[in-house]
Amino acid sequence: MSKRKIVIIGNGISGITCARNIRKNDEQADILVISGETKYFYSRTALMYIYMGHMKFEHTKPYEDWFWEKNRIDLLQAWIELVDFQQKKLICHNGDTIHYDHLILATGSKPAILDWPGKQLNGVQGLYSYQDLELMAEKTKGIKSAVVVGGGLIGIEMAEMLASRKIHVTFIVRESNFWDNVLPKEEAMLINKHIREHGIDLRLSTELDEILDDGKGNVKAIRTKNGDTVSCEFVGITIGVIPNIDFLRDTDLELGKGILVDTYFRTNLANVYAIGDCAEFRDSIGENRKKIEQVWYTGRMHGESLAHNLSSARVMPYQPGVWFNSAKFFDIEYQTYGNVPPQIEEDSETFYWEDKSGKVAIRFNYLKHSECFQGVNAFGWRLRHEFFDRAISEKWTIDRVIGQLDKSSFNPEFYKPYHRLVLDAYNKTRGKAVKFRKTSFFHKLIGSRA
Amino acid sequence: MKKLQVLGLGLFIVGLSIFSYLPFIGQYQLEETMVEAEVKSEHQEVMLSILRPMFGETYQINFQFISDLNRLIDAHNDDLKIREAWDEVIWDDYSFPLTKAAANTPISDYPLAYFSLSVLLAIFGAMLYIVPLYRGEPEGIKNNGIYFSSMKSRGLLGIITGTYLILFYVLLYWFPAYIANLVIMVDPLSKALSGQEASQWFLYGLLYTLAILVMGIRMFRKYKGNMYQTIRTASVMFFQLAFAFLIPEILILLNKPWHDFKNIWPLDYSFFYDYRLEGMVSSGALGMFMLVWGIVLIVIGVPLLTYFYGKRWYCSWVCGCGGLAETLGDPYRQLSDKTLKAWKVERYLVHGVLVFAVLMTAVTLANYFMEFGLLGQATNQLHSIYGFAIGAAFAGVVGTGFYPLMGNRVWCRFGCPLAAYLGIVQRFKSRFRITTNGGQCISCGNCSTYCEMGIDVRWYAQRGQNIVRASCVGCGVCSAVCPRGVLKLENGTEDGRINDMPIIIGNKSVQVKS
Repeated sequence: MSKRKIVIIGNGISGITCARNIRKNDEQADILVISGETKYFYSRTALMYIYMGHMKFEHTKPYEDWFWEKNRIDLLQAWIELVDFQQKKLICHNGDTIHYDHLILATGSKPAILDWPGKQLNGVQGLYSYQDLELMAEKTKGIKSAVVVGGGLIGIEMAEMLASRKIHVTFIVRESNFWDNVLPKEEAMLINKHIREHGIDLRLSTELDEILDDGKGNVKAIRTKNGDTVSCEFVGITIGVIPNIDFLRDTDLELGKGILVDTYFRTNLANVYAIGDCAEFRDSIGENRKKIEQVWYTGRMHGESLAHNLSSARVMPYQPGVWFNSAKFFDIEYQTYGNVPPQIEEDSETFYWEDKSGKVAIRFNYLKHSECFQGVNAFGWRLRHEFFDRAISEKWTIDRVIGQLDKSSFNPEFYKPYHRLVLDAYNKTRGKAVKFRKTSFFHKLIGSRA
Repeated sequence: MKKLQVLGLGLFIVGLSIFSYLPFIGQYQLEETMVEAEVKSEHQEVMLSILRPMFGETYQINFQFISDLNRLIDAHNDDLKIREAWDEVIWDDYSFPLTKAAANTPISDYPLAYFSLSVLLAIFGAMLYIVPLYRGEPEGIKNNGIYFSSMKSRGLLGIITGTYLILFYVLLYWFPAYIANLVIMVDPLSKALSGQEASQWFLYGLLYTLAILVMGIRMFRKYKGNMYQTIRTASVMFFQLAFAFLIPEILILLNKPWHDFKNIWPLDYSFFYDYRLEGMVSSGALGMFMLVWGIVLIVIGVPLLTYFYGKRWYCSWVCGCGGLAETLGDPYRQLSDKTLKAWKVERYLVHGVLVFAVLMTAVTLANYFMEFGLLGQATNQLHSIYGFAIGAAFAGVVGTGFYPLMGNRVWCRFGCPLAAYLGIVQRFKSRFRITTNGGQCISCGNCSTYCEMGIDVRWYAQRGQNIVRASCVGCGVCSAVCPRGVLKLENGTEDGRINDMPIIIGNKSVQVKS
């Protein structure tokens, strides 16, 4: 392969995955990854753990620093101010210019914010980047109370972060239950309860109206649309993220909400690609898939797919497999596989089971007619990805899935066998007689799942 | 922190301070009768004459006493060494028994009172601190603030703690005379258990067991809700208390050799030493059982159990070193070095120690059966080098003293020859692995950070690969701290256990082999 210069803007999971996978197939190419945020790749999802004192920044780097030189992936810490697509060059914040043959835009997201009065006050911020984290650490030092606005994944993380430092948190959520635009009501309510168990003042169906000034430019309180005032020294804005593409406006690059790409991640300009959070697909990439995918896993898959296309003869369109995702709400882990919409669809049936502890729950969705398994939500219960990926892509019936629930659990050894309770509940409510395959005494003794 | 906990911490520090001060109290006066009682018959005459200047003299502090004692004996020995009269040199170290005998301290009169004021007070304080931990909090990972803690992230408190532990080990192994008072304090307990006076090893065994029990209770609090951690911790507490502490003392009471039935060669490096073999062979049916059981463990127990369960069955469920690491050492587990370089050093060191132990044992056994003079000398030399460098310096001083500096498994990872043996079986012939859950890893790094063995768990997890590593002791903490349910310790078929070229699930467009 010819020696070409591939420049990637952004060293998050998509950009770095792309760089690594290009290198695997192409010994020759010059690969340069540029980021203004940090020189080295770190795991964005781990930012919260730095704030909580579980780890230091260095622990969040998935590769040791020598890795990049060894694999001849050049790193440059710089902010790109401008892209000159005609001349194929980038202009850095310090005026340096960088030439490219292929440009991959993997610039990620930035926190979304509405035009609230007081949004510019000292102590009001979102959380996305390492800089945001440093700012948050500085602004929350020694404070007593904070408000988090927006009931999504970053919102609950921010609430957990602040609570870990004994800061009282008021959590303002627009929806009537936490994250119920994604979670069905039962699950959302289970999380409501858990949030409150952690001493968080969760206010549902509440919207932010205004952020109040203390007269010196610092936040003093917030006012909600119901007229309540909550005094606080810090306001976290976590109503979502939007593609980080401001520096690309007013160029020839076609933009929508994000950088518009086809299923090969090609933009309207030759040799310019976009992947990860900042990319917006022109056409649907599949049933129930969003046009902007802002998840770690999809970012990784975008990187893998584009790297393949840039370094092998046969190009392939992006074709994600069975949907999966995970999160952790304080102490309760969440995993989902397949399609579990917040409101049950017409043609579907649902089976929900919740443990009496209120911390373990599982939901199975399946089609009414064929009883074909559609998707699963699990709370406080680890599930085997491989198992559910197969069950969904091979269109298993719900009975078959339930009958193998013992094999599908990924909980640590000696955990309570919830699968038995679920099986009983399923048989009882559906009038079925599904059974697990018997495990021999010897297999139990050696603790084998096989 | 609740008031009760602050009080507990205060009492613990008071108890520990008293414990640390006790070695320096009392007076020391050596009498001829003591020399007659403590010194071997062949040395009695000469010792009585060497030590004559000390008889009747009263010392106000042990430093002066021990220094005079050593000076007199050394002067005698130096003279003999110059004359190359090697057979007459007194090689035995009499400083500990003589200091213990010469001590005239209130501790001898009220040992239980002093034991209560130091050790029991510290335990009471520790329990006041530990039992209310996380009370009223939901079950979950309790790692908040670890990297802000001076104690747990190599801050000043950590360095002080490490220094204290190192000092204690140095005294214990090489200068036990200085802690004679502490041994006197536990004499009644030792007599009650085994009918014998305490040695410094009894004191050590007692403190070791108490540390595992007290910090084991802390583990129950910290990992509340995690059954794997709870059962595993209960297991190491049981094995330490019963097998390493009580049963050996009871054996002594029954006039049998001290024996820890769960200790396995080559960790138990002296198992094949002539005095141990003689002891077992001459102790009737029970002695024969010790010998056969020990050999069965080495030859069948280790490979078979490791095949089914991985080396965790020993390292994090049974072993005493592992027991201390998993309880007292748990607050320091994040300090292990995760670099590739450390892994390289680890492989050379740990297998180097294994080779050393095997060679030494081979020479020992050859000597045992051949009784060949030259071999006898080589055996003695090897034993003393191994005992000093590996048994004491590496396992003790570095192994435990460095908990707050290099993590809680320094010995297990870099030095333990049994861990090396178990590791080879685990790596090449076992059903144990840590399964990675498809494509769910988010590379956050909690697993690697909290791996006490310094395995970069994330490196495997993020590429969808199962973790099969010789060093993994199966403590299960990577799985516990994973926020996305990616890791599971399990025993399964050997088929597909090692997947060097994993494919991450989730992407149908391309199959990426990492």
